[in-house]
Amino acid sequence: MSANTILFYILATIIIGGAIMAVTSLKIFRAAIYLLFSLIGIAGLYFWLNYEFLAAVQIVVYVGGIVVLIIFSIFLTHGSGEDMTAPKLSRSIFGAIAAACGFSLTICIINQHHFFVSTAKAIEPSVQNIGRQMLSTTAHGYVLPFEVISILLLAAMIGAIVIAIKIKPKA
Amino acid sequence: MKTIFLISLSSLARHIHIWLEELIGNPNGVYITEMTIVGISLIVFLVVLCFFLGYAERKVAAFMQIRLGPNRVGPKGSLQIIADTVKLLFKEGLTPTAADKFLFHLAPLIMVITAMLALAPIAFAKDFQIFDISIGVLYVASVSSMAVIGILMAGWSSYNKYSLLGAMRSGAQIVSYELSVGLSLISIVILTGSLRMSDIVMSQSDGWWLFKGHIPILISFVIFIIASTAEINRAPFDLTEAESELTGGFHTEYSGMKFAMFLLSEYINLFIVSAIAATLFLGGWMPLHFGHWEGFNHVMDYIPSSIWFLGKTFIIIFIIMWFRWTFPRLRVDQLLNLEWKYLLPISMVNILVVTLMAIMGWHF
Repeated sequence: MSANTILFYILATIIIGGAIMAVTSLKIFRAAIYLLFSLIGIAGLYFWLNYEFLAAVQIVVYVGGIVVLIIFSIFLTHGSGEDMTAPKLSRSIFGAIAAACGFSLTICIINQHHFFVSTAKAIEPSVQNIGRQMLSTTAHGYVLPFEVISILLLAAMIGAIVIAIKIKPKA
Repeated sequence: MKTIFLISLSSLARHIHIWLEELIGNPNGVYITEMTIVGISLIVFLVVLCFFLGYAERKVAAFMQIRLGPNRVGPKGSLQIIADTVKLLFKEGLTPTAADKFLFHLAPLIMVITAMLALAPIAFAKDFQIFDISIGVLYVASVSSMAVIGILMAGWSSYNKYSLLGAMRSGAQIVSYELSVGLSLISIVILTGSLRMSDIVMSQSDGWWLFKGHIPILISFVIFIIASTAEINRAPFDLTEAESELTGGFHTEYSGMKFAMFLLSEYINLFIVSAIAATLFLGGWMPLHFGHWEGFNHVMDYIPSSIWFLGKTFIIIFIIMWFRWTFPRLRVDQLLNLEWKYLLPISMVNILVVTLMAIMGWHF
């Protein structure tokens, strides 16, 4: 077994272990921290694949943004320090069935899909290449989705400001 | 000039590499041995650095307040910090009974690990760098954004309302000041066209960005220093540990070596912030050169690159320490106003000006 494979299994253990602990933990803050480990493991997987840019974005967005937001909302929740009550047996069973169905569906699709090895030379995933691809208007450019997402984010930002703004009552 | 460069840090690293290759032979073995050497020397460097910074902080504070500072242990009190460390080592590490034990012990580790990870792409001298990753600046920004999790974890798991309040304040502070830090870093990235640390240093071989970039870069340098002082929770932005209101903020319940680890991570962060500022704005290990002063430039070339880098870094550390004894602590509303109403709009406009400057080629 090469060092590469060993690294992959270590990362996979962190991701899956973190995910399982996040779901089964009874303390809500601990669940958020286990989720954090899982997300860091995914960033590690991107580093392992040499997708450095994506790995850094994964850390900025998920670890620095979303997990911090989750932790803040936990802080503002009443009684977040106590253990949650264990779920009812029927709920656990249905949850397990739903998870098993999703798992088998994914496995089926992976088995039916024919993976082929591309002979084309790999494009270096450098920031320069990603930027050019993102803003190019040619056949494989992503300028339209990029702009659509920008407008979506702008709308979300304006919405947040409108919700948060304090309008002084007219005297 | 050749003989001088033979004893540089990069040639030392190269010689060790050649020696290890002859000794071990197996490339994987060499790789693992080198990683171990780098890890150990990094830890030793950081511990020595923290001793030095701890002593420097007290002496600078004393100098600012016209008093002597530590002067009993060792010559001029220089061994005071070692006495303090021994004291911390022997102190009992208390854990509150109601604390979430696992997270309580994990939080200081997360703080130190994130601080040490962010050191990887920093160029300490010419060709002397742990990992010249292609996304250098973005890597530092992303890894240091994890520090807030450690603070939130410490504050929550202590089961103490003052700790929790300190952690909440710190979370709001770090998340908002991260934006200004990021935008001021981007202004240099726009001019350089690369995120790689070595490219950024090389682009300053004909002059530092602070001089080449005119007023917009000066503005982003000032914004970077202010916002990063806030990001590492140092005075005047130390609301998270404001002792008059919150006793000790997020680390109130910590004692002994766990407290020492928070101190360690604070000093490492101080070093990283100053090193990034020195690399991006002051040319990293590049010597100071003036246009056509051949003699002057030649003399400057003789100073080793590591001295240049550390010198610039320590000047910025001194400036940040100077802040601490100059400005009074901000209130929470002042803190958020400063970021959202002043720094962020200024840096956004500044980015546009820098972009225009880069497109038109107005910089030197």
